[in-house]
Amino acid sequence: MGLESTAHTFGASVVDDSGQIFSDIRDVYTSVAGSGIHPREAAEHHGEVAARVLRESLKNARISAPDLNGVAIALGPGLGPCLRVGATVARSLSSYLRIPLIPVNHAIGHIEIGILTTGTTDPLVVLVSGGHTAIAAFSGGRWRIFGETEDITIGNLFDMFAREINLPSPAGPQIEMLAQNASRFIPLPYVVKGNDVSYSGLLTASLAKLRSGEKLEDVCYSMQEVSCSMLAEAVERSLAYTGKKEILLTGGVAANKSLQDKLEKVAAIHNAVCYTVKSPFTGDNGAQIAWTGVLSFNAGLVVRVEDSHVRPRWRLEDVDIPWRK
Amino acid sequence: MSTFRGESELPTLIYTGAEAEIYLQEWFGELAIRKQRIPKSYRVPVLDDNIRHLRTSHEATMLREARKLGVAVPTVQHIDQDSSSLIMDYIRGRTLKMELHVAPKSERRARCRALGELVAIMHSGGIVHGDITLSNVISQGGKLFIIDFGLGGFSKEVEAMGVDLLLLNRSIRSTHYVFHTELFKSFIEGYSGVVGTRSAAEVVGKMREVERRGRYFERG
Repeated sequence: MGLESTAHTFGASVVDDSGQIFSDIRDVYTSVAGSGIHPREAAEHHGEVAARVLRESLKNARISAPDLNGVAIALGPGLGPCLRVGATVARSLSSYLRIPLIPVNHAIGHIEIGILTTGTTDPLVVLVSGGHTAIAAFSGGRWRIFGETEDITIGNLFDMFAREINLPSPAGPQIEMLAQNASRFIPLPYVVKGNDVSYSGLLTASLAKLRSGEKLEDVCYSMQEVSCSMLAEAVERSLAYTGKKEILLTGGVAANKSLQDKLEKVAAIHNAVCYTVKSPFTGDNGAQIAWTGVLSFNAGLVVRVEDSHVRPRWRLEDVDIPWRK
Repeated sequence: MSTFRGESELPTLIYTGAEAEIYLQEWFGELAIRKQRIPKSYRVPVLDDNIRHLRTSHEATMLREARKLGVAVPTVQHIDQDSSSLIMDYIRGRTLKMELHVAPKSERRARCRALGELVAIMHSGGIVHGDITLSNVISQGGKLFIIDFGLGGFSKEVEAMGVDLLLLNRSIRSTHYVFHTELFKSFIEGYSGVVGTRSAAEVVGKMREVERRGRYFERG
């Protein structure tokens, strides 16, 4: 079983050694309109739903708790209070059932569920969510970062913009919907530095355009267009540099159709293929943790309960990946 | 650049980069490089045209300014804005990315030290490269040429210099991780030799700060 509680989602999932997903139950905390995720409120939410999510996850998988062979927990990166709820639940399960506790990096989870559901073998990974905007490729036992955001993530960009227009987070889908009704493109700052992107100027400029009376739909469209084009260019650069033939788009913002479309075009230019993590595994989920837990456990990675500290700022490039060559 | 066999085949596409196609062609009797920025279908046309035109003229400017500082760069012969193209001197050599894979230890270090000096000269002169990777440095038997200034700019800000170092550091770490520490150390030696240890430390400090800003950096 894998437990996810790094940000807005509390999820529990049962998977087996072959990667078959028997259950994937989640409960997502939604912020009040006009404000972002409040870490403590999200944590309270997780605490309230944890027992029910666990129960349903076992029920859907048609097993009972003593049948579990191990429990995997996302110890980071993420929001401290949220991480601690999941970690507490996982430690209890591990102690009570006397099964191994397996530490999982949430970002690696996004990558592994992407690989599992798309069948990619050696992809350039584009990880986009509220917590990440990173381009990575596997080499020498770890995922190496080729490019990333130098300030806020693309998920942040959407959510922080949404907060100003009184939408709740995560707001990507609403912004994408508004963008579909746009009538014109408004030039906005396009900042690519090498393989890196920077979104903070774009956020400021988008909000300024809105205040100056531009149509909300046009601003949403232009902001989405510019942010996704910037990332597409950074991905194209990384693709040219690494010579990879597969792109794997994963993480919450992977659901954005405009981004998918642009990365497919980038791939086509370089005779590569772009895969997007299968729905519903774009957003945070327990299955990504459970499956990465299986891979980790089979490679001998477990943690003692007393050593299972949460790691809010655990970088994906610091994680050894013994199960990949 | 091994596909080129004879002048009868000119112009010939020798490299497709992320944003441009590189052709080898004749230019008034000499071999020359044409760097043509190609339209990108993933950008809306108005945005795409704007970016290609700006970067083409901007790159010519940056190349000229870098040369003024004494940094070896290809000379620009012609700017053709109709096709967003630059025609430049052809530099015979190989990328530093390739060379570092095969060069012996002493040479690896010497190259990185030399690169550190060049980047420091640019920074002291108010130029940041904006895309400094090992693929954008050509070694001609040890003489280093810096190319691809399309994302460059004029800046005296420590932040912009720190970003240059971050991009290079990551470029080394991602493809030469075995020698990463040694190579980046040599680079900094060369860099410090030009700007002094105190300025170098300031830029390296900024580099780490920018890297941390990329979210989820684990402290201590």
